[in-house]
Amino acid sequence: MRVGACLLAAVIAGCLSQTSVAQEAPVSGYEFLLPETKALQDDDFANPGMLWVELGEELWQKQAANGTSCQSCHGTPEAMRGVGTRYPQWSETQGGIVSLEQQINMCRTERQQEPVFPYSSDELNGLTALVMHQSRGLPMSVATSGPAAEAIARGKDYYETRRGQLNLACTSCHVQHVGDRLRGETISQGQVNGFPIYRQLWQGMGSVGRMIAWCNDAVRAEPLAEGSQMAVELELYLRSRGEGLPIESPAVRR
Amino acid sequence: MRNTRIRVPETAASGEIIDIRVMVMHPMDTGFSYNSQGERIPVNIITDFTCHYLGEEVVSITLAPGLSANPYFAFRLRATESGPIDFKWVDQNGEITTATRDIDVT
Repeated sequence: MRVGACLLAAVIAGCLSQTSVAQEAPVSGYEFLLPETKALQDDDFANPGMLWVELGEELWQKQAANGTSCQSCHGTPEAMRGVGTRYPQWSETQGGIVSLEQQINMCRTERQQEPVFPYSSDELNGLTALVMHQSRGLPMSVATSGPAAEAIARGKDYYETRRGQLNLACTSCHVQHVGDRLRGETISQGQVNGFPIYRQLWQGMGSVGRMIAWCNDAVRAEPLAEGSQMAVELELYLRSRGEGLPIESPAVRR
Repeated sequence: MRNTRIRVPETAASGEIIDIRVMVMHPMDTGFSYNSQGERIPVNIITDFTCHYLGEEVVSITLAPGLSANPYFAFRLRATESGPIDFKWVDQNGEITTATRDIDVT
């Protein structure tokens, strides 16, 4: 009987320690980098992500056929400070959660009457990086109440569901094994405050959607299409999960 | 013309050694990777980078596959006279990207 009680106590303690892991304060992926990679991110010149920010600046001023540009409505990019902290957010007109990429493309089609930039194109990454870069240092603070709450619940569900041939949930690594090693890499919390990121593995820029698809692929699951409702809701959950982390865009990651 | 980032001090004292940093946006495909359709991405690299100061070649670099994307170079130069510093990248197809910065030497 006493042995049983001890075992039960141990099991409860085990459960409790798991819960406490889940509630750990958010830590930026930056803290899990090698010093060299940190230095690359900190150096605004050497940070390759700044190439995309500059590309975004060009596109910001570029006039569409109907004479509009981002600048003609929004003013200088600096006016976008703080905007990046709020996306993805609920859109009344769209009746769903809209990511920053989608918002940019909505501006493209509705205001500029131009074709959308494809996901993961340099143009879209450039404009997103430019807008997010304006909020650098500001804490992420997406709206979590109202219609967003349901979306976040769905995102959380996705995050905690095992999938793929490796049968892993996002939490299997990014909650239960934070700080442990996966081959040569240190497992981070999977925070998204640095996105869009310059990822050294990709030798290029990537949005949260691209990262999610990549992670899916890594556990041999069906990649979630970038820009799909589920991907956007998952991004919203990820941003709410890292609430308060300062935005680092464009961050450099491995 | 590719997107470039260049940092050259605007002014320098005569004889001063200045830091120059340049970066160009380029995928530098090695020829060993595949796209999402499983097709091989052919080699696509920048092959030459040169820097001229007052018309004289001061830096010349030959690039090879295996260099990371968006090649970044930093080097030092002794500032002697005011004038242009010209940068030139040539890729394997002969596409040329140029940029110029002027320096004031006092």
